[in-house]
Amino acid sequence: MKKILIIILFFNLFNNYVFSTEPDVFVQTTVNRASEALSKNISKEEKINALKIIAKETVDIRGIGFYSLGSARKNLNDKEKKIYFKLFENYFLKSFSSRLSEYTNPKIEVKSKKIINKNYTIVNSILISTPDRPEVKIDWRIYTKNPNEPLIRDLIIEGLSLARTQKEEFASILNSNNSDINVLFKTLEDFSKN
Amino acid sequence: MLRKLTITVIYIFLLAFNANAGSDGELVLKKDQPEKIKDCFEKLNRATFSFNQGLDKVLIKPIAKGYRNLPTPIQKGTSNVVKNLSNLITIPNNILQGDVKTAAINTGRLVVNTTVGLLGTIDVANKMGFPKYEKEDYGQTLGKWGVGPGCYVVLPILGPSTVRDTAGSFANILGGDPWYNASIHGNNEFLSEGVYITSKALSGIDFRSDNLESFENLEKNSIDFYASLRSLYLQDRENKIKNNQRGSLEVIYKDEEDWEEIDSK
Repeated sequence: MKKILIIILFFNLFNNYVFSTEPDVFVQTTVNRASEALSKNISKEEKINALKIIAKETVDIRGIGFYSLGSARKNLNDKEKKIYFKLFENYFLKSFSSRLSEYTNPKIEVKSKKIINKNYTIVNSILISTPDRPEVKIDWRIYTKNPNEPLIRDLIIEGLSLARTQKEEFASILNSNNSDINVLFKTLEDFSKN
Repeated sequence: MLRKLTITVIYIFLLAFNANAGSDGELVLKKDQPEKIKDCFEKLNRATFSFNQGLDKVLIKPIAKGYRNLPTPIQKGTSNVVKNLSNLITIPNNILQGDVKTAAINTGRLVVNTTVGLLGTIDVANKMGFPKYEKEDYGQTLGKWGVGPGCYVVLPILGPSTVRDTAGSFANILGGDPWYNASIHGNNEFLSEGVYITSKALSGIDFRSDNLESFENLEKNSIDFYASLRSLYLQDRENKIKNNQRGSLEVIYKDEEDWEEIDSK
């Protein structure tokens, strides 16, 4: 009986050790995966598909979708939420992979991390300079509520937040259309189709 | 008088992508309320933005692409010269912001690059290990003094700005820019309005050339390009005023609570 307890305890410790991922390690692993996909000798379409798979596994698309809606998220009913998240996921994956697919073999180095609270850690990294462009500072807002499954919630490039930009973009569309959520739905749908 | 007015107008237009002007209805430079920025004239701003995009497509972008095809030493030299000239605005602003140490460093940088660096074409100071150069302008100084941005404005050709930043730009031609003073009012055979205007035009083209891909990518992946640029411009100015290259979370998100209440599960 004692032996069984020890084995159970061991497995618990082992599981915690193996699956608790440090945010900086998580970011470096993720960018290495993306970099590998981008440096492969495959078509642009295949690269985009590979990036989409990585994004689905490592980005909190649903969380970003909620954040991007701002206060409008409080007015959505369950049916609208369902429609929104489907549209947002398609929009996000297309936009995200399209932006990244322009880079060939980007080299990102994780430099440091700062824990904000139990839910968030900011990981600081740099995109190493090339003869064509200078070094770029990239910070990652990592959602760590579940330490075993950290997720990316924002990229801050040279102090400019992509999540905030997206949030203000969505707010602009809503403000210009009497807060009609259907206009935003249509805009997201059109973007994903084109 | 007319000459001065003409130069003023041209100057404003050639501040290209950095500066701008505008006025607004409730247009007040409120103190300590940077979060109160408003797009007071959004319809007009959007119309101007469309005009700018058209102009960029037919004129500015092709010039920037042509510039990109010039031999690298010419591009680099041009970029260094306009950057070196910008020290003349940065230094007084370092002082106005109380940063005398950086003002001294930038003065050293200016002297070294203008002399050893052959009128700024070579960034010798950088090679000597001077700290990284950070531009400062009168808009940033006003921000540092607690003046809020006022309304967001888009002017023909110039692109995004705020009332505060526009007011700051006017300080350049009201005696705040030694390069302007020497070119326009200086009594010498080497400098003239033409030289001044060319330097400003090159500064704009250099900036556009550096950002050809990023603008294209942003436009392609935005559902509202106008709103995206507005957001990025305002974030960038906030960071510059705080002298925070990586941005601070308080500045970036304004309301951290907004993240906290989001639970995606």
